[in-house]
This record gives sequence, C-alpha cells and structure tokens, in this order.
Amino acid sequence: MNKPILELKNVQTLVNKGTANQTKILKGINLQINAGDFITIVGTNGAGKSTLFNVIGGNLRADGGQILHNGQDITRTSEEDRTAFLARVFQDPKLGTAPRMTVAENMLLATKRGEHRYLIFRQLKQNMARFTKLAATMNNGLENRMTTATGALSGGQRQALSFLMATLKRPDILLLDEHTAALDPHTSLNLLHATNERITTDHLTALMITHHLEDALTYGNRLIVLKDGQIKADFKGEAKQVLTVDKLYQYFED
Amino acid sequence: MNLIVSAIGQGLLWALLGLGLYLTFRILDFCDMTVEGTFPLGAATAVTAITHGVNPFIATLLAVVAGMVAGLVTGLLYTKGKIPSLLAGILTMTAIYSVNLRIMGKSNISLLGQPTLFNGALHNLPQYFDSVTLGLVVIAIVTVLMILFLATDYGQAFIATGDNPTMAKSLGIHTDKMVIVGLMISNGMVGLCGALIAQNNGYADINMGIGTIVIALASIIIGEVAFGELTLNQRLVAVTLGSIIYRIILLAVLQLGFSANDLNLISSVVLAICMMIPQFEKQLNIKKPILKGVRPHE
Ligand SMILES: Nc1ncnc2c1ncn2[C@@H]1O[C@H](COP(=O)(O)OP(=O)(O)OP(=O)(O)O)[C@@H](O)[C@H]1O
Ligand SMILES: [Mg+2]
Repeated sequence: MNKPILELKNVQTLVNKGTANQTKILKGINLQINAGDFITIVGTNGAGKSTLFNVIGGNLRADGGQILHNGQDITRTSEEDRTAFLARVFQDPKLGTAPRMTVAENMLLATKRGEHRYLIFRQLKQNMARFTKLAATMNNGLENRMTTATGALSGGQRQALSFLMATLKRPDILLLDEHTAALDPHTSLNLLHATNERITTDHLTALMITHHLEDALTYGNRLIVLKDGQIKADFKGEAKQVLTVDKLYQYFED
Repeated sequence: MNLIVSAIGQGLLWALLGLGLYLTFRILDFCDMTVEGTFPLGAATAVTAITHGVNPFIATLLAVVAGMVAGLVTGLLYTKGKIPSLLAGILTMTAIYSVNLRIMGKSNISLLGQPTLFNGALHNLPQYFDSVTLGLVVIAIVTVLMILFLATDYGQAFIATGDNPTMAKSLGIHTDKMVIVGLMISNGMVGLCGALIAQNNGYADINMGIGTIVIALASIIIGEVAFGELTLNQRLVAVTLGSIIYRIILLAVLQLGFSANDLNLISSVVLAICMMIPQFEKQLNIKKPILKGVRPHE
C-alpha cells in the first residue's frame, strides 16, 4: 500500500462557536486519499460537502482532528500556503477568475500558484503560444479570446478557464465543488468531459462534488456519500462499478 | 498665460495625489480616507524638517516615509484589526491630525527664507515654470515606476488582489500583505505630494488636507471621462491629465467670480453630479469601492 497523499483523521468543524447556536457540521471525518484517486462526492444539501472542501483547502480551520499531506500535519497551515499543492474550482464562475485581467493574464497568475511572486517582469508574451494551445483544448473558443478581459466571457468559458488555471501547475490535490452546476447542459457536459480527460491522462488526484448521481457513477474510481457531516458510504473500484443510481438514491431517502 | 502655466504646474504636482489614490481606489478597490491625513502629514514633515535645517531633498524623503507609515497603520487596522476600510482610514486620518500638530508645534509654519526643492536649480526659471519642471520630472518617474511595477509578477498579483480576492487567495497570493503594501506605496506618494505642494506654496497648514480625497477622485474621474476606454498604463497617464484639467476648470471657475474659499464646495458638487448621473455612475463605478468600504474584512 502506498502512503495516502491526503489523510483526514477524525476531522470536526463547529459553527457559531461559543454561542447558544453552536453546531457541529463535520462530525468526525476519516478519509484516506491515495495518489491518482478521482473521488466523486454526493450528499444532500447541507450535508457538509462544501465545508469538507473548505477544511481541506484551509479557508476553514478544523476544530478537531488532523489533516495530513504526504504524512505532514497541515491542520494549521494557512489557505494561501496550502495552494502550493492544492487547487480548486468554485461553483460560481465569477469566483475563479479576475474579471478585469485578460484570459492570458489570468493563466499567467495560475502558473505561479502557491509560489513567491517577485519584482521580475511577467513573461506574458513568452507564454502566449503555450496558453493558446491549452485554451484550445477546452473546445469552446477560449483560444480566440486570449486578450479579452475575463469579465466579458460567458459563464462556460470562465469556468473552463478556471479549470485550466487550476491544472496549469500540477496540483497534488484538485477540489471541484459542483464546478459545472452553473452551466447549461451542453456546456456542462463539455466541461465534464474535459475535466475527466485531464484528470485521467495526467493522473491527477481529484475530489469532485456533484448532485448528478449519473455523473458521480460515470466518473472517477471512488464515490463517497456524505450525510449529516459524516461519511455514510465509500465505494471503491469494483464496488463503485456495480453501483446503480437506484441504490445510490436510497441514501437520499428519509 | 501665466495663469495657465500655473494651473499646469499645480495639476502636475497634485497628480501625485490622484496616482496614489488610483492604486488603492481603482486597483485595490479600497476607499482609503487616510490620504486626508497623509497629505498634510507629508507637508508638516517636510516643512518642519526644512525649518530645522534638513536638506529639502532629505526632508521630502522623510515625508514619503511618514506617509508610508500612515498607510501601514490603516493597513494593519483593516487586515489584522478587521475594521472596515472606510473606518480604518478615518481613524488613521483623525489620529494624524494630532500627530501633525505635534510635528509642527503650531497650526501653520512658513518656509519664508528657507531653501526648498523649488529654489535650488529651478530658481532661474520664469515664474511658475519651476513647478511645471519639477512636476514633470516627478510625475514621469513615478508613472514609469508604477507601470514597471504593475508589469511584474508581484504587480500582477497586486492587481489580482483588488480584482478578485477569493481567486487571488486560491492562487496562494497573500492578499492581506498586498493590501498593506498598496496602502504604503499609495500613502507614500500622497506624503510626497503634500511635501511638494507645501514647498511650492511656501508653508504647511494643519487644515491643508481637507478635501484632498475629493480632489484625487476628481482627477481620476475627469481623466476617465475625458479619455474613455484605455489600457491600464494609459489610465495612469490619464490621471495626470485629469488633474491638469481639474486645475484648469478651477481656474475658469475662479475667473467666474468664485473665491478660493469656494473650491471645496465646487469640487464636491462636481463629484456629486458625476455620481448622480446613472450613465456616469455605471461607467465610473465610484460607489462600489465606497460601499465595500463599510464592510469588515473577512
Ligand atoms: N458559517 C456558517 N454558519 C452557520 N451554519 C453554516 C455555516 N456554514 C455552513 N453552515 C451549515 O453547515 C451545513 C453544511 O453546509 P455545506 O455548505 O457544507 O453543505 P453542502 O453539502 O455543500 O450543501 P449543498 O449541496 O447545498 O452545497 C449547512 O447546514 C449549513 O447551513
Ligand atoms: Mg456546497
């Protein structure tokens, strides 16, 4: 067995700490993520899926338990410092790109994810050909808008760009929180295909939240059901392949 | 003719204020009230230093440092203290008023008979050409430095911080640090502006900061209205041109019979009209950073 790339040990989070309304959101999450895992995550609204991502990403501190990256404790590491090995795509297309900067400028920012940025000249022209080629892999005309401010792009193009930016510099862990939910069915399918293509050919380790049970079954090698702040089921390999929508749906009843 | 030259000279010197505010207000989306205190702080520091026998050039540098410290204070109040940006700036600005009185020891200091940056090598120029020359040199240097800075990896991260802080953080950019650095550079420039204006006027006055934020916004907005769609670098140049146009407008207004005491009233009215006309507001986007300024920092 190889060492997990990311490990959560009894992770708990509280909201409204110290008030009468204090509630536990994550109630002891134990999870081992191995290199190359592509895990889809499903669960009811409010189950704590986004909270789980926020704890992994570091913009929410765990109130109990431990998070390990390659065996190293990162429970107290800041959100900014975790970006050295972690990338994420948000659900809202507006959150992933800088609207007044161009497509190419946004991509350039992403090539230095988690690195120190110095007072040296940006190398925009030198990277243009490479960026344009990458943009073309998204099959949505992004490559023709390299010098357009991203604020002028369609939601689908922005989200495709966000995804490209998250993978431009290879992350150890990629977090996708319903990253196609704001898109029309066709655009959404297009981006999902591209996502799957990139994750499998590059052997990325990724976690993808989705509300589409079919997608959760189609993609990835592992599926996790989150319910009321706990992992209710964890289907791996073979077990995931034989899983059906009907069986999965039972976790959403009552 | 002399009046026009004077207005151009004033516009060039005051453009530093607009450029300083451009960094925070436009690029960082941060409505920084500190400048109302930093401007007289720069003036007080430079004038007091000069009257104590300090070389005017060193005295001007001291004013820049003083301005940067003021920016640092606002930055810390906002990022570490979680105080909304508007209030953080007002707190620093108010505190600086007392600091300025401490520095100067009284409410007005004259530079009569003292050396200044304007009566060194520039002394032999015809009237008002001293401020035009020094203004041009300083603005050229500052604008070029800003353009170079914004084109670096660090500068791009700075722009991204103002444009989309969530995204910036998710790319590992330390946005709090960026805001602090931006406020320091910006207020350093405003301190420099205060020092130059004081030396040009020949005195520092405790009340000379009143209305500076409106003047700065006016030069930014006049530049944007006059020149329309521009690249970032062109926009920086447009701020200086806006500042000069603003001075020429004031000159015209004074010719109409208003007095210098009416200037703040006129500046406010012009800016208010810009903000009330919906097409203008949509294009100029003035309210957003101000509204944002009343929310605390997450
Ligand atoms: N800051 C907060 N204060 C109070 N409650 C919160 C806070 N953040 C999250 N919650 C609660 O935590 C629970 C989990 O939220 P979370 O966003 O993780 O759910 P989710 O599984 O992502 O849901 P969805 O499918 O709707 O995106 C919800 O009940 C939510 O109301
Ligand atoms: Mg969610």
